[in-house]
Amino acid sequence: MPGLTPTLGFTLFYLGMIVLIPLAGVFFKASGLGFAGLWKVITSERVLAALSLSFGAAAIAAVLNAIFGAIVAWVFVRYEFPGKRLFDAFIDLPFALPTAVAGIALTALYSENGWIGSVLAHAGIKVAYTPLGIIVAMTFIGLPFVVRTVEPVLREVERDLEEAAATLGARRWQTVLRVIAPAVFPSLVTGFALSFARAVGEYGSVIFIAGNFPMVSEIAPLLIIIKLEEFDYKGATAVAATMLVLSFLLLLTINLLQAWVRRRV
Amino acid sequence: MNHTVKDAAFLPFEPLKQTNSVINEPRLVRWLLIAAALGFLSLFLLLPLLSVFVEALRKGAGAYFAAFGDPETLASIKLTFIAAAIAVPLNLVFGLSAAWAITKFEFRGKQLLITCIDLPFSVSPVVAGLIFVLIFGAQGWAQPWFGDHIGKVLFSTPGIVLATIFVTFPFIARELIPLMQEQGTEDEQAALSLGATGWQTFTKVTLPNIKWALLYGVLLCNARAMGEFGAVSVVSGHIRGLTNTMPLHIEILYNEYQFVSAFAVASLLALLAMVTLAVKSFLEWRYADQLAATRRH
Repeated sequence: MPGLTPTLGFTLFYLGMIVLIPLAGVFFKASGLGFAGLWKVITSERVLAALSLSFGAAAIAAVLNAIFGAIVAWVFVRYEFPGKRLFDAFIDLPFALPTAVAGIALTALYSENGWIGSVLAHAGIKVAYTPLGIIVAMTFIGLPFVVRTVEPVLREVERDLEEAAATLGARRWQTVLRVIAPAVFPSLVTGFALSFARAVGEYGSVIFIAGNFPMVSEIAPLLIIIKLEEFDYKGATAVAATMLVLSFLLLLTINLLQAWVRRRV
Repeated sequence: MNHTVKDAAFLPFEPLKQTNSVINEPRLVRWLLIAAALGFLSLFLLLPLLSVFVEALRKGAGAYFAAFGDPETLASIKLTFIAAAIAVPLNLVFGLSAAWAITKFEFRGKQLLITCIDLPFSVSPVVAGLIFVLIFGAQGWAQPWFGDHIGKVLFSTPGIVLATIFVTFPFIARELIPLMQEQGTEDEQAALSLGATGWQTFTKVTLPNIKWALLYGVLLCNARAMGEFGAVSVVSGHIRGLTNTMPLHIEILYNEYQFVSAFAVASLLALLAMVTLAVKSFLEWRYADQLAATRRH
């Protein structure tokens, strides 16, 4: 086969110029702070609050997506109902709809005079401009990940196995729990991880609905931007490097966990 | 002709009604699950999409179309198209050459290379913008040289293009690699043994095999390129009429309480998203076997 040198050469050159060298710059810059300096930035009250808000809200949103994503995947693989194809196409909306558009639309819906916000206001629940709103936006942008990773695996589950379980006297819920759930679980974890990773770094859809009050509803990516606007490049880099490392460690843990689950099944 | 069809209807060929309730849930459970799924999707997907158009048309069609007469809005639309028109073709060339090198050859470190190509997906858009500020910003390490030889990168079009390239970097490569891995090298080997040149093999054999997957990748890449907010926001500098893309212009209009204009611009992007979804669904339905469909992300 011809063409290894030019294609691999261009691939490595482009990857290096656009992704690897620029990303390495973050860690180079962060290392300029030294460990003590880095630690001081990260453990400042405002940064800690932003980091725990970003990771905490992303975790809640990913759990919501795991639960409802599993139900959606189940319903779309197993049942027939009118409008199925249309709904199926719309599941990928968060991939196609720009985050800023999603952000202002969700804010309009959940603010106190919005369609949903006005109903919730009667119940005394405030969503827009609170951490709840952040969770709503993060759930929106992470929604397709769980559905799209669980769907193909669920489709592969052999219905023969379910019949076998039934003939051996298992109740339906026992079959679902003991036969189907273990087969689907690793893909659910993958979907959770992807959805979580996307939500942690999300900026566009969140900042409109968050209200952005320091210590209360200020996410970590916004704090990076604030520090940049104050020309605190080192502080911004320190927060960015921390986010990169934390996300990487979490994904690594989840990958290991998944490998472990696979071995056990 | 007619009566044979009619007769056939009486033959016992109708599919048996599914009666095997042992592998189905009770009707009530099925209904509840469908209701929960559709309720969740409507609440989180359909309502936000619908509200974009309702808010945009709140003050009538006149106010809606007036929003597009604003020169700053037009400038933002133009810049969005320019950024996508540069970023998408570059990532297309990269996607093709990366997929060719990775799927047609064996070499060490291939898995690592694939992981590196995926990296931009796991980086926050804001961090993606930040890395270019660190390079080209006032204190950036490449700025002295670039400033002297090429010109301004940050707070101008080149920076916006760079940030857009970064966030859309993996889309096309990711779509092509699994598909070309599956297709193997047999077709290409045959063409080469018949005397085709490498370039002929690529354009006449490989390209027709992957054209729908390519279109699929370009579609998703373009949607993200035109809609990117976080990364572009960091490098743009928000100079009105000059460095604002459509998503950034939406933010400015929204923060100035020009809601109708903000949602009018947003409705353009929402339309783009709907067209993207429609073409994407069509490709998945019509050419499912020619897409890396099982690896839809």
